[in-house]
Amino acid sequence: MARTRYGADRGLSARMMGTLFGLGLLYVVLAAVLIALGINAWFVLILSGGLLLGQWWFSDSLAMSSMRAVVVEPEQAPQLHAIVDRVCAMADMPKPRVGIADTDVPNAFATGRSPKRSVVVVTTGLLKRLDAEELEGVLAHELSHVAHRDVTVMAVASFTAILAGFMMRSAMWGSVGRNNRDNNVAIMVLAVTVVSVIVYFLSFILMRALSRYRELGADRGAALLTGKPSALARALQKISGDMAVIPTRDLRQMEPVSAFAFAPAIGGRKGMDLATIFATHPSLEKRLEQLARIQAQLGER
Amino acid sequence: MGLFDALLGRRKPVGPNLDALFALPSAAITLQVSLDHLPTGRGAVAFRAPEGRAFADVEDEVRRLLDADGGPPVEVAADEFGFTWLVVTTTPPDLASVVTDLHAVNTSLVEAGFGPQLLCSHASFAGPDDAALAMVYLYKRGTFYPFAPVPGAAQQRDNVLELRVRDLLTGELPLETDLTRWFAIWGAPGL
Repeated sequence: MARTRYGADRGLSARMMGTLFGLGLLYVVLAAVLIALGINAWFVLILSGGLLLGQWWFSDSLAMSSMRAVVVEPEQAPQLHAIVDRVCAMADMPKPRVGIADTDVPNAFATGRSPKRSVVVVTTGLLKRLDAEELEGVLAHELSHVAHRDVTVMAVASFTAILAGFMMRSAMWGSVGRNNRDNNVAIMVLAVTVVSVIVYFLSFILMRALSRYRELGADRGAALLTGKPSALARALQKISGDMAVIPTRDLRQMEPVSAFAFAPAIGGRKGMDLATIFATHPSLEKRLEQLARIQAQLGER
Repeated sequence: MGLFDALLGRRKPVGPNLDALFALPSAAITLQVSLDHLPTGRGAVAFRAPEGRAFADVEDEVRRLLDADGGPPVEVAADEFGFTWLVVTTTPPDLASVVTDLHAVNTSLVEAGFGPQLLCSHASFAGPDDAALAMVYLYKRGTFYPFAPVPGAAQQRDNVLELRVRDLLTGELPLETDLTRWFAIWGAPGL
């Protein structure tokens, strides 16, 4: 049996499993509270589920239009398509559509409900700043998101948060709509609100953690796929550096797709402060550290 | 890919499938009989050399192995996409030994644990009127597809010839059914 240099990162898998378990637990707690209080939750459940399903189903067109990206054919961007072709052939995955967004912010994102319905988008700012090898690293990172089905996983993971958000609102509407003097109802509304707020807050933090772990997973996938962790590291450094100094960038424009973008629109800081807990992406330092580890692993004789 | 891998955001690297490569020489006879395309005796294997000493060692070893049989030396070429190509040439054209050499490269890489680094192999054919044809083997799929650049034209494929080759060789070779995976290898070394 030939040896393999491409084993899974057990630590990362374990942390991701823990986060997913936490999110599942929160969902169960929320459901249990609803049932215990005897609330007819079908309305809330269907409404939030429908909203989520729509977001997930139209994720590609939503993200494309919010970034004003257009799909390009092989004739329009032969070099870009050729790189995507080769990365897909190495990874044995169907080729997604390729898009370009005309903005100077160097970034890339991938979205879509399934690998076949996915689209990978790079900005013109990214194409301008990176050489072929670095671009390949970035594309491999985005294609790893596609292969890992990150859009679907994050959509399912965000169900608890959306459900809790709806509960909060409907509890408030309920208390306004009915002019009740019944003590029991008032207490119930208060209980639902408090539980929803707590669940919402916790699931928000857990989702951000999950997003960071999945970024690391995509970095890892890209490094192993291309065999060049250092090219990806160079791209990360270039982009993060640029992101910090470019004053013309429009943060509002970046927000909606931040979770699946290559580098976040807002940079993180060191340490375990609030910014770290709420960040969608791991810090540059963490990402480079992981890439260095993979590089050592690939070079072992 | 399983549900578990999707949940954990990881993916098993896809290893190469080497078996179908040896079906090429018999398919070449069909090509010769029906389309008058002859093997040129050249073939190449493309892989992505990962960073580090380990792979450089394997590459050296492979080159020594291929040069040991006394034939013309193996050429090494890099393309603009960062892939390394080892080009095997036989005179007179001998497709069977080209395939054997390509297979030796693959086996060495797989044994050293670098199987997932293989991209594709191709063996080239020449037809009447300078028509060029390459049969490209995708390692991850274990399938072949034809690639026929139009001679003299810049980046244009002779799709009619390619589809004819596909129809002709169905049953003899495992051919790639998904046409979106027939990616072009413009200017690939050894064509």
